[in-house]
Amino acid sequence: MSSTFDQIANIIAETCDIPRDTIKPESHAIDDLGIDSLDFLDIAFAIDKAFGIKMPLEKWTQEVNDGKATTEQYFVLKNLADRIDELVAAKNAGTGA
Amino acid sequence: MNLDYFQLIDRIVDLNLGERTIVVEAQVPEKHTIFEGHFPGFPIMPGVLLTEAMAQSSGWLLLGVLKFERMPFLAIVKEAKMRGFVSPGQLLTIEAKVEHEGSGFAVTKAKGRIGKELKCSAEITFGLTPFPDPAFRVHMDAMAEKIGFPMQVLKHD
Repeated sequence: MSSTFDQIANIIAETCDIPRDTIKPESHAIDDLGIDSLDFLDIAFAIDKAFGIKMPLEKWTQEVNDGKATTEQYFVLKNLADRIDELVAAKNAGTGA
Repeated sequence: MNLDYFQLIDRIVDLNLGERTIVVEAQVPEKHTIFEGHFPGFPIMPGVLLTEAMAQSSGWLLLGVLKFERMPFLAIVKEAKMRGFVSPGQLLTIEAKVEHEGSGFAVTKAKGRIGKELKCSAEITFGLTPFPDPAFRVHMDAMAEKIGFPMQVLKHD
């Protein structure tokens, strides 16, 4: 079974037509890969479906806008993978995602 | 349809918030200047208008799901397929269902038929935002009443 990062990277490559080998765990989805908000909607849909979760994009965006979090915490792909793993774990624990 | 005002949906036939589905009717007008150009001697509904009709149907469904607290704005259209001609005077029936409710967005699938014949389909993504202007919300309430939006279902969901 591929890692969470690999699944995300494959989704981004397919959705945004970005060569898969340029997508690294350290890549920032916005700053490095140039993914815009519309493409990120598509990516979020694919991730939600693939992992059976609902990524709280609005909450994350609000935290960034309020200065309570940085974009790196959510949009550097290895961090995004960690956030997704947490959401999946929370869902599996029955606490909701 | 009131093509001049881009209001393509005439009636909500069924809205099921439990199943996240809607059925609407849209009467294609017998005459309109659009048909004089599209096309001379062979008038048909433009595919973009069929797509818009599917988007508006999905939009009314999402307004119900969201209890009119947010407005769905068209963001992405995928797999839009025009499967057959739709002519002036025909009654278009559109069904839509919510495919996914994300954070700040939703995805629907919609199909348009004339009678039983499938004429168009698409997967449509919307951004969901608070109403940008109170007057807009008032307008949507008036439109909802005009097309028979069953407001009572919002109270029982």
